[in-house]
Amino acid sequence: MLDKFRFRDREYAEKISERIKSMQVNARFMHVCGTHQDTLVKYGLDEIFSRAGIEIRQGPGCPVCVTTPLEIEEGISLAKKGKTIATYGDLLKVPGEKDSLLKAKARGCDVRVVYSIDDSVDIAAKNKDKEIVFMAIGFETTAPSTANVLLKSPPENFSILNCHRRIPPALKALMDMGEAKIDGFIEPGHVSTIIGVKPYKFLSEQYKIPQVIAGFEPIDLLMGVYMLVKQLKEGRAEVENEYKRAVDPQGNEKALEKIDEVFKPDAIEWRGFPIIPDSHLSLKPAFESKDASVRYEDELSELKHKEFKEQRGCRCNEMLRGLITPQECPLFGKKCTPMNPVGPCMVSFEGACQIEYKWKRKV
Amino acid sequence: MCLAIPGKIIEIEGDKAKIDFGEGSIYKANVSLVDAEVGKWALVHAGYAIRIMEEKEAKETLSLFDELLQ
Repeated sequence: MLDKFRFRDREYAEKISERIKSMQVNARFMHVCGTHQDTLVKYGLDEIFSRAGIEIRQGPGCPVCVTTPLEIEEGISLAKKGKTIATYGDLLKVPGEKDSLLKAKARGCDVRVVYSIDDSVDIAAKNKDKEIVFMAIGFETTAPSTANVLLKSPPENFSILNCHRRIPPALKALMDMGEAKIDGFIEPGHVSTIIGVKPYKFLSEQYKIPQVIAGFEPIDLLMGVYMLVKQLKEGRAEVENEYKRAVDPQGNEKALEKIDEVFKPDAIEWRGFPIIPDSHLSLKPAFESKDASVRYEDELSELKHKEFKEQRGCRCNEMLRGLITPQECPLFGKKCTPMNPVGPCMVSFEGACQIEYKWKRKV
Repeated sequence: MCLAIPGKIIEIEGDKAKIDFGEGSIYKANVSLVDAEVGKWALVHAGYAIRIMEEKEAKETLSLFDELLQ
């Protein structure tokens, strides 16, 4: 229906890449979405861009990767104390300090993979004798589903460990840190389906940085980069929308209303980053009874002031800030592989290291 | 996590809709976040339709590309 194959059309692709090359702009762009990274590497666009003088880095755009060891340890700790943990599959292998939820499951803890938060509500409804804790990870794309559930009075034995995060404050943090030297942002298509165009505007105004919201087909990404290069060439810094077929300027208003009803912005730490102001979608007081960190406060207290060390040699923190590529990490493809991942960027299907390993495996 | 897949809405029952993703893959998704209608296309993420898509819009994107590449 979406004329998908024209979004993968070779002739189109060649035409756009020629255009990019002819503008002779050397630049480094950042995207913040695992699906963008997958398209970039799978179709060899990274090499096309590199020949045109454009380098593209994946920033903190993988919800699983930016979840902190503390959040993972909280899930593991509750699982060990007899709660049923439900979450998206990608999170299971992510290491906390030593363990992962998958290892906890192997030792007999009740850890379940769900496709949607609705599935975990069903588990709670069918198992009244169990306490179900859903680990709610994800950016603005996923947060509305959590909000929707909490607004519909889920079962008493259901609560969430809330790890939802917001993208625009993280982009601001990257600009303020200044270490990644970014000349433009490729904004995530499906986060933007929810939030629309406006929440990015302050970045272009404040930091004079071009931004393009892009879709996930190869032509989308090529076009997104072309639009960024064109902005640089013409000295513009605006938010443009390449993915109009899925992103309205105002976003998804129904979803945004639900987010506003349930969450409020707050500060939170991201893996690889210090605490980022306003980057958390924290629960409003009315929903505190569904907040597992409040409900099980006593059981989680032992973790509260604990410091978590990163895995030795793992450079995920630098990866997430856009400072290095997977190939620059000495563990990549050697000690760290998808079968035995050391850091979250190799664990997740959306992590830059796993994507690099899957499509290139140059070690 | 950010992956979302388009499928055609074939039946609506309350908050849930049966969505056909092609090749015999039919899955129930929650449609509380959109104005769902049978026969329309929905973009589905983690079990929730997050946007209704129109064929017209996809075509417009392609014509926008043509325009920009003129």
